[in-house]
Parts: sequence; C-alpha cells; structure tokens
Amino acid sequence: MYEKNGEKYFIVDGHVHIWDGRASNQKNVHGKQFIDCFYDYHKNLSPEEVVWDYDTYTYYGSERFERDLFVDGYVDHAIFQATLLSDFYHTGFGQTDEALALVAKNPGKLTYNHAYDPRHEEAGLEQLRKDADRMNLQGVKLYTAEWHGDSRGYKLDEPWSRRYLEECIKLGIKNIHVHKGPTIRPLDRDAFDVSDVDKVATDYLDLRFVVEHVGLPRLEDFCWIATQESNVYGGLAVALPFIHTRPRYFAQIIGELLYWIGEDKILFGSDYALWTPKWLIEKFVDFQIPEDMQSEYAPITVEQKQKILGLNAAALYDIDVPADLQLAEPAGQEGVEVAAGAREPESVPS
Amino acid sequence: MTAVVVCTEQDVLTALSTVTDPELDESITDLGFVRSVTLDDDGVTVHLRLPTAFCSPNFAYLMASDSLDALRLIEDIGEVRVLLDDHHDSDKINAGLAADAGYVGTFGSEAEDSLHELRRMFRSKAHAAAMERCVEAHLKTTDLGVNEIYRLTLSDLASGKAKAALLRRRIGIGLSICPASRVFVDDDGKRIPPESVPMRLRFAKSVRISMEGNAHFCRGLLATRYADSESVGATPRITNLRTRSPR
Repeated sequence: MYEKNGEKYFIVDGHVHIWDGRASNQKNVHGKQFIDCFYDYHKNLSPEEVVWDYDTYTYYGSERFERDLFVDGYVDHAIFQATLLSDFYHTGFGQTDEALALVAKNPGKLTYNHAYDPRHEEAGLEQLRKDADRMNLQGVKLYTAEWHGDSRGYKLDEPWSRRYLEECIKLGIKNIHVHKGPTIRPLDRDAFDVSDVDKVATDYLDLRFVVEHVGLPRLEDFCWIATQESNVYGGLAVALPFIHTRPRYFAQIIGELLYWIGEDKILFGSDYALWTPKWLIEKFVDFQIPEDMQSEYAPITVEQKQKILGLNAAALYDIDVPADLQLAEPAGQEGVEVAAGAREPESVPS
Repeated sequence: MTAVVVCTEQDVLTALSTVTDPELDESITDLGFVRSVTLDDDGVTVHLRLPTAFCSPNFAYLMASDSLDALRLIEDIGEVRVLLDDHHDSDKINAGLAADAGYVGTFGSEAEDSLHELRRMFRSKAHAAAMERCVEAHLKTTDLGVNEIYRLTLSDLASGKAKAALLRRRIGIGLSICPASRVFVDDDGKRIPPESVPMRLRFAKSVRISMEGNAHFCRGLLATRYADSESVGATPRITNLRTRSPR
C-alpha cells in the first residue's frame, strides 16, 4: 500500500521478473546481447540514484526481489510474466522454479504467469495442461515475435494458436498477456503487428488480452484496437519510465491512453528488474498533466491513478483488496463504458 | 589507372542525411546512427550503429541498403562499403550488402517477401504525422474551425519546415504537391468526408506521438549504449586516408 496526501493506493505490479542473465547462463552471444539491451533500458530510463551495477542487474536473487517490491516498493501484489528465451539461456531467462518458490513463500502476494508456444502443437498443449495444474495458472505471457527454429514468430489467430486459446478457456486461464512492443529478433512485419489481437479478442470474449508495453512502438494501432474491443487492456511497462526522463512525452502517452482506452483498461507494471517499482509509483502518484497541455488532455484524477496502479489488475486476477482501499465503483470491469475514442461515430482509419 | 575519387566528406554526409529510419521518420545522421566515415583512394567506407543489438533486422537492413543506394548516387565516389556494427545480424547484413543480395537474398528463407509493404506502411504513417503537424500549426494561427479543415489546400499552409516535410512525405507516397491539392487526405490521396476529419485528425495525432516517442527512446538508448565511444554525441567520426588530393 502506498499513501500520499491522505490518499491510499492498493498496488498491483502487473509485470515483474526474476531472471538470470549471468554469463554462466548464457547459451550464446544473443543471451549476452539481450541482458545488455535490458541494462541499457535500465540505465537510460532510471533516475541516477536507482541505477544498479551491471553484475547485480544480471542476477539479483530472491531476497533482493522481495525487498525491492514488498519492503521498499509499496507493492501489495505482483504478477510474474514469464520470459523464457530458451534459445538464448541454458535454464531460461526468467527463472520458473525460483519464481514458483517465491509464490509459495509469499501466499496471496504473488501470481505466476507462465508461457506457451503454439508452435509446439500437441506436445505443447499437453505441457500447458500440466503447467496450468502445477502452477495454478490464471494467466500466460506470450511472445508472438519469438523465434523458434526457422520461424520468426506466430500470430494469435493462426489455427494452432486458437487451439491453445481455447484450451486456456477450458483450464480457467483468463488473462492472456501479449508482448507487443520492443521485440526480440523479429524479421518480417507480422511480428510487430497488433491486428492479431483484434481478431482473437473479438472471437474469445471469455479471455482478456493485456497488450504489454501498450503496443509501443505501435501505440496508435493498439489504441485503435482497444477502443473496439471490450476485453483488451494495456500494460504500462516500458511506457511508464518516461515519466522521469520525458515527462511531457509521458503526459502524451497517458493522455492518449485515457482518451482511447479509458481508465479501467490500463495496468501498472514496473517490468522489474528493468525498473524498480518504488520510484515509478511515487512519480506516478505525484504526476499531473502539465498545465499548458491541459487544453489537450484532462487532468488525471486520484481515482484514475488508484485504478491504474492496482485496482484494475486486482479485478482481473480476483485479488482481495482491503475495504478501505476500494472504490465505490468497481474498477477494471469489462462491462464499463468504453473510452471516448470508441464513442465517436467513425469508420476505421485505413 | 582507376578514376580519382573526388567526392568530399560533406557530399557523403549530405547523402546519408537523406536516409531515414522508416519507423521514426528521422534522418540517420540526426539520430546518430552513422558511426564513422572513412575516405580513401578507392572510395568510402561507412559504419552504421543502432540503439540496441535487438533493433529489428528488417529496419536495420533497410537503413543500411538505403545508405548504400544514397552514396552510390554521388559522382566519382569510387567503391562504397556500408557496414552495420554491433547488431545480432551484422554478419548476415554486411555480407548481403557486400554481395548486393537484396533483402530476401540476405536473409534467405527467414524473409517472407521484400520490404516494399513495410516501407509503404511507414511512409503512410509518416505522412499522417506530417499532415497532423501542419494542420495543428494552422489551427493555432488562424480561427479556422476543426469542421472546416477539410477545405484546406496546400497553398493555405504557411511555408516552413513542417510544410516542406509534408510535401516530402506526399511525394514519398505518390500524392500530388500541387498548391490546390487538399491537405487532409487519406493514404491514397482521396479526400476525407468532412464529418470524419476530426476523428482522423485525432488518430493522426496518436501516430505522431507514437513516432516521436520512439525517437526519444532510440536516441536515449543510443546515447546510453555508446556513452564511452569515440564519437561525440551524434557526430560521426570522419577519417580521411587519401593520398591524392580531391578536385
């Protein structure tokens, strides 16, 4: 819980990792390049006083994770998003067993989302059933642009992918997080495209599709889709840290998101350990649309911040929120009125 | 005897400045993607660099091959070599460029088809963003209402950087730059019904914000990645190894 100026915020960090990017775990040069790329993100967008040294960053371990999130970071509940990258790391980048041990150690405070790859076809489906049972899955994290053998990625609306989504419905996995943003080794245009989300969101109304990184670098495409579909959400990971280095640009992003997709569909995520939640939460609570931009974008209210920082994700994951931290109106509900962008009578831009 | 290489450093930089990052719609020289330029008696060698090793290979290839094409337009440039550094596909792309293999030839079975469609999509986005900038600037300086934007013609726009950029983008997607042409048109140059214009303008604004944001991100990452490097800021390192004086 975070409190500022008498206002209380229930915090759900919707995007965290426990990874091992050390040289000992790297399979090839891409493993090194990948963690270096993450470290550049971290160095470039974090305030100087919270920048870690490289060795700490490559592997920080469970204790540091708990301290940064729950002790220093105000986080009430965090959701692991798996990033396996089996082609780059011996035991995977995200550490599944370590994450599951942390979930067991912190009852009620952590949720683990695993990953699947529909290109593994029938064998992968069987694995998904086992994983869903063993890991108590409520969500999955998908990298549609991940390379596998000769394939440069897959689309959510391909036949095998549909079978996996249908299996998710059977298994009670409701939250489908999709990495659409900074990509790993994509090649052709398809890997960037968010239009596959549009198709499956229409077809599978029992599922919720959380587009991580709000589609950056395709914010506008994501916004357009999210206005059309009541079950499409946006995760703020990677967009939020601009609040420090480029606050005016962040004002534009959040202003566009509130306009197009609305306050019930935006989810906070630090992407820990890319960034630590503490400073992101503090800065977001203190944030306001600059005065000279308020003719373009309405000021952000405390209630909107409460929804974005935790209440929306709590609704998606059935997380108990203490009575004094709830809102009168429920947050993150699918039935709520769509955002302004979707209300205008207009055809889809070509 | 081979022809004496006579082009200047400035010729090279000017040619490279015409190459843009398709996703950001900014010049690779402004973005700091040109790491070094070396002139010698045989020709010119250019090294490019990108903000991360994971920049998508299709864009990396586009910028590198566009650089090669732009440099080859310079008269008497001699042999042109373009090399991409520090990328996960550097070897593949550099070999493909050296062999003039084209995109599909460079990536082989990994590439589905050529990059025309990708390029066209980003040119359309660049056009939408440039159009929005011009219209917003125009709305600020006149009392034109949003519902009258559909009337605007190119001749109504004040000349300057924004208009020049819009005209370039229009040429890029094959639209007329006749002064009597309407400003607010779709990607095919067709006029947009007046009642649809405000919504389309709003969407074009999101396109612009997205592109500008990506440029912030890329500049920041490039600066972080090459913080200790030999070149200062975005300026390429220029080395002249010629033994014969030009011109």
